[in-house]
Amino acid sequence: MFKVLERIFKDKLATEKISLAGSDRYRGPIEGSANGDVLKACAAVCPVKAFAVSGEDYTIDYKKCIFCGRCVEACANKAINESGLQHKHEDALPVLLESGQEVLQDVLKEKLGRSLHVRHLDAGSCNACDFEMGAMSNPVYDLHRYGVHFVASPRHADMLMVTGVVTRNLEQALKMSYDALPEPKLVMACGACAAGGETYGDTYAVVGAADKVVPVDLYVPGCPPRPTAMIMGLLAAADMLKEKMK
Amino acid sequence: MMTTIMPEAILMAAEKMSAGGKHPLTAMFGRDETANGVGYVIYCYFEIPENKTVDGFKVVFNPNGSLEYDSITHIIPAAAWYEREIKDMFGLVPKGHPDLRSLVLHETFPEDFYPLRKNVKVNAKVRGERQFKVRTAKGEGLFEVPVGPIHAGIIEPGHFRFSQAGEAMLQLDAKLFYTHRGIEKAVEGKTPYEALPIVERICGACSVSNTWSFCQAVEKAVNVKVPRRAEIIRTLLMELERITNHVGDIGNIPAGVGFNPAISLGGRLKEKLMRLCEAVAGNRFLRGMIIPGGVSMDITPELCDRIHQVMDEVADGVEDMATMFREQENFQNRIQTTGIVRNQTAMDLAMVGVGARASGYSHDSRCDFSYGVYDELDFKPYTKTMGDVAARLLVRIGELSASFEMVDKLIELLNSCGEQELSVAMEYNEGSGWGISESARGSNFQYVALDGDGRIDRLFVRSASYANWPALPIAVQGDIIPDFPLINKSFELCYACIDR
Repeated sequence: MFKVLERIFKDKLATEKISLAGSDRYRGPIEGSANGDVLKACAAVCPVKAFAVSGEDYTIDYKKCIFCGRCVEACANKAINESGLQHKHEDALPVLLESGQEVLQDVLKEKLGRSLHVRHLDAGSCNACDFEMGAMSNPVYDLHRYGVHFVASPRHADMLMVTGVVTRNLEQALKMSYDALPEPKLVMACGACAAGGETYGDTYAVVGAADKVVPVDLYVPGCPPRPTAMIMGLLAAADMLKEKMK
Repeated sequence: MMTTIMPEAILMAAEKMSAGGKHPLTAMFGRDETANGVGYVIYCYFEIPENKTVDGFKVVFNPNGSLEYDSITHIIPAAAWYEREIKDMFGLVPKGHPDLRSLVLHETFPEDFYPLRKNVKVNAKVRGERQFKVRTAKGEGLFEVPVGPIHAGIIEPGHFRFSQAGEAMLQLDAKLFYTHRGIEKAVEGKTPYEALPIVERICGACSVSNTWSFCQAVEKAVNVKVPRRAEIIRTLLMELERITNHVGDIGNIPAGVGFNPAISLGGRLKEKLMRLCEAVAGNRFLRGMIIPGGVSMDITPELCDRIHQVMDEVADGVEDMATMFREQENFQNRIQTTGIVRNQTAMDLAMVGVGARASGYSHDSRCDFSYGVYDELDFKPYTKTMGDVAARLLVRIGELSASFEMVDKLIELLNSCGEQELSVAMEYNEGSGWGISESARGSNFQYVALDGDGRIDRLFVRSASYANWPALPIAVQGDIIPDFPLINKSFELCYACIDR
């Protein structure tokens, strides 16, 4: 008993302000430029077909990106004298659908008053997203301070937070959970598998990204997204994104 | 070279290899070698600890002949799941198997669909119907409690069916493999380099272990020796992953009884470790570091200092947690004599890792095999004999202190390693090999076969959780259902690893 009390008094407040910045090696979104040939080489090594090139320009589909860094590596091998592509050392931002944004504002401001009850659904994840989701409840991130809570049943939830590529064996569970959510409802596809569905390619056992099975309102990129990125997604869901990014 | 036998000889061969249980079954898996004119093949690997290796035999089936063989489950109970999986994936039927229900494929797959046969396309979207009947106990006053696949907490999916006599669990049957993504088929035809991001994503918690076993197998297949510096770094990464997982687990077991100060402290410590992992590898699950032929990045002296610092903080916290656990009598009351796995059960099921060692079965790949630089790290497997939740908790705490020491020693080795080379170039050609590494959950075995173009022809993944899952339904028998979450957490099995 004494140790419990001693430790409680000794440990200072651990809860931090949310920051998107990562460590020096953290592989976040891609920035920089390179010539068309180099970019083509970058696109060729992308394992999830997220890197698209048109002429001297490129776009990256962060819903699909697993942040493996192969494009940056390929660029460094090919364009030795150029600055080339680099990772930003921060989280990628959530991707919102325009129609989703409207729903969000409507739902959360007027009906729910900024509290958000979330039901997690593992649709075939590698458990990395799930562990990070668990980490959001630790004293460092303390998700509850934002009025966001995880609930035990989809019937109690405003939003379904889907992780993992939807497998054949879980397709029915996802559909039934979605149907069990009371209206108005939201779905967040969390992580590259649920958002992009390309992580393992197309196999006999995989249906695909979450939006192949249920309508999705917002996507959180990352493989896995760090707890900070997930919180950003949840805050976006509670229509606080603009304020936070100022 | 593995001996090749006919299906009729499997029982005799298995009995001989297992040497009365001295050599536990490591893995049993199928492979379609019809293209090479061989047929369908079952590989059986047994662990030979005295030689620090695995050995076994191949059973060859003529694709046009009978696809039945005598089940070895009644002499080697650990074979039960493997035989069911081989039946699902290749359609080879074990005669006399006590439970021939599907294991991997659920109701939407047709009965005659065998996805790992080469004539099935990787993205075959055939739909059909098959039966899956959950087993329940029947009798007056007995009732069933169905749980899952979607659970109340943030955990992985699985369906549990408890047959209850009041509060006591009489029987637990489970339907698993919900997160089956077809990974073994997905990597076929890819080069090991192309397959690597997928292998890293078999499981989040065992990312290093899976990748290391895979790389060992690939390196063995093409006969490449990894630079010493890379071996040291790989070993260091593995211990970091173990420490992160063990700290997470000892912080999670108290969640099974609502012991909040310990959960909170565990959460803080784990977060420190996850951030350390990010600083080292650029990813909180240490992804992107281990590659075939070596490692992709060095661990700089600054990072070594950071590792030292975090280890000191975490070691201090773990010591306090251990004291909290000891002092809290009602916690001890819940974890002692709960969820017992007896020593004989652990050996019969060829359990691995923490689960085995908590039941007095000294099984640790870091000692039983020679890989990385574990040979230089003088340590012994940490065992307990009670086999209950308390024992599994204590084994983790004991292993943590050993791992803290190892990390110190590894950093010393890294500093004194003159060699700066991090990886060797890989050239792939035909060959096959196996790899083994001890994850936080236990030994992780992989088998890789490459074809003439150096592309993957077969990858088989047997994670620690796969070997340990069958022990869970035995451990819970007779305990009360409110203790199930506690018992479950004490094993901390990852479904993503099992299901693939």
